[in-house]
Amino acid sequence: MTPPLPAPDEVPALEMINVAVGALHDPAIRVAENINWTVRPGDYWVIAGLHGAGKSDFLRLAGGVMPPQQGQYRFFGEPMPIFEDARLPTRLRLGLVFDGGQLFNHLTLAENVALPLRYHRNLGHAEAAAAAAELLAGLELEPWAHRLPGAVGYGWRKRAGLARALALQPEVLLVDNPLGGVDPRQVHWWLAFLDQLSRGHPLLRGRPVTLVVTAADFPRWQGHARQFALLRDRRLRVLGGWGEVAAAREDAVRELLTKETQTG
Amino acid sequence: MLLRFLLTLQGLGAFALITLGVMITRFRAARAVIRPLVFAEISRAGLRLLPLFLFMAVALGLVVIGQTVSWLTRVGAINFLGTVMVVVVVRELGPLVTALLVVARVGTANVIELGTARATGEVEALEALGIDPVHYLVVPRVLGMALGVYALTVYLILGALASGYLWAFVQDVPLLPGDYLRQLAGALSGLDFVLLAVKTFAFGAIIALVTCYHGLAQPLRLEEISRATVAAVAQSVVACVLLDALFIILYLAT
Repeated sequence: MTPPLPAPDEVPALEMINVAVGALHDPAIRVAENINWTVRPGDYWVIAGLHGAGKSDFLRLAGGVMPPQQGQYRFFGEPMPIFEDARLPTRLRLGLVFDGGQLFNHLTLAENVALPLRYHRNLGHAEAAAAAAELLAGLELEPWAHRLPGAVGYGWRKRAGLARALALQPEVLLVDNPLGGVDPRQVHWWLAFLDQLSRGHPLLRGRPVTLVVTAADFPRWQGHARQFALLRDRRLRVLGGWGEVAAAREDAVRELLTKETQTG
Repeated sequence: MLLRFLLTLQGLGAFALITLGVMITRFRAARAVIRPLVFAEISRAGLRLLPLFLFMAVALGLVVIGQTVSWLTRVGAINFLGTVMVVVVVRELGPLVTALLVVARVGTANVIELGTARATGEVEALEALGIDPVHYLVVPRVLGMALGVYALTVYLILGALASGYLWAFVQDVPLLPGDYLRQLAGALSGLDFVLLAVKTFAFGAIIALVTCYHGLAQPLRLEEISRATVAAVAQSVVACVLLDALFIILYLAT
């Protein structure tokens, strides 16, 4: 007798089995390996690691931009990465926010945010403008809406990257190093906004978003994220909740708990 | 050296096939986004080059007619002026000069734009948004440059034929406009129009494919873009000249 299939709500949002991650700019390099990791819908993960630990490459793999070197990675039960049109609707349930935004430099912030809507719904400039304007307003980006990314500060570019990823109303959002290189006021904004996304934000019709965030330290995520993991020495170590992180005795975790690392 | 050439050829062939596949399978997809991009590319690889091409047309007319007249009058064969213009300008120089100018003006910009997009992660960002980079970045360039090179060649040829007469007139060649046009019409055949269209579309598509390939196909860092641009320009020129040679064989065979 075959075992019963899990109920739809039991399908993990992200599931990695024995996955190895390559570097985006040099596929021959292995950044991490033997990753076994499951993200359930509604989770709010922080994956911390020092610079160069491979967080960005790991998130790119999770975001479906590059395939695993080995192992299996499934997103809501579908093998990733997805490039075929037939499985595109599954792919679009996932949003990826790059460190620094990685906006399209020849498009204004408003055009950047509108592009995914226009492409996937076949809309003209005017038809997508209202939805884009709502997102820009929701993220306090209106004053820069009609500027090119090069004319806007780093923190705002990053925020526009978030607005663009939210345009298609994703259910799972991966955010690369949101607190890196931004000022304290923006740090506060990001933490509050991500919390709201996790609980359900009006911009996404109140539907809670599953979050995976990378970070250079742990302390600022206390009281925000619910699951924590550490990326170090080419391994992903799942630590558990904040209690386990705070109680950890080993140096690798303590190092990311000290105040000195809280510069992002 | 030979191995590298074959690898490039293989990569280019694969890239061309992928682009063709995307063009067919996504023919109707996201038209509201792709169509304005095609128009923008036609404007860039066509319309905006018109002043330069007007200048080139006048120069080409002068070069061909100036040289030809001085030779043909010596052998008393002034009745072949129209034929010379058709053979030299319509069949050969018009398309080739257009292709080379478009490589220089637009092809280089293509490599730099796409190379920068690749190096700064814009291409990944497209993929992350479920937007096919080939559909969004390459298809409009291929269509726009094919149409652009075709239209520019037609303008260049018309301009050169007109300026050719002007230069003949200046050199006191006893040739009436009606006779000149009759000579041209007599030298042209239906096949010329077909082959001109096919050849110029192919030139435009090849330039777009080679330059996009070098900008997009391999992961680039910013410092590698200049090298990629040099390679793309050289290969575009070689590809266009080789294709032109193929067409000469076709002409001779028919």
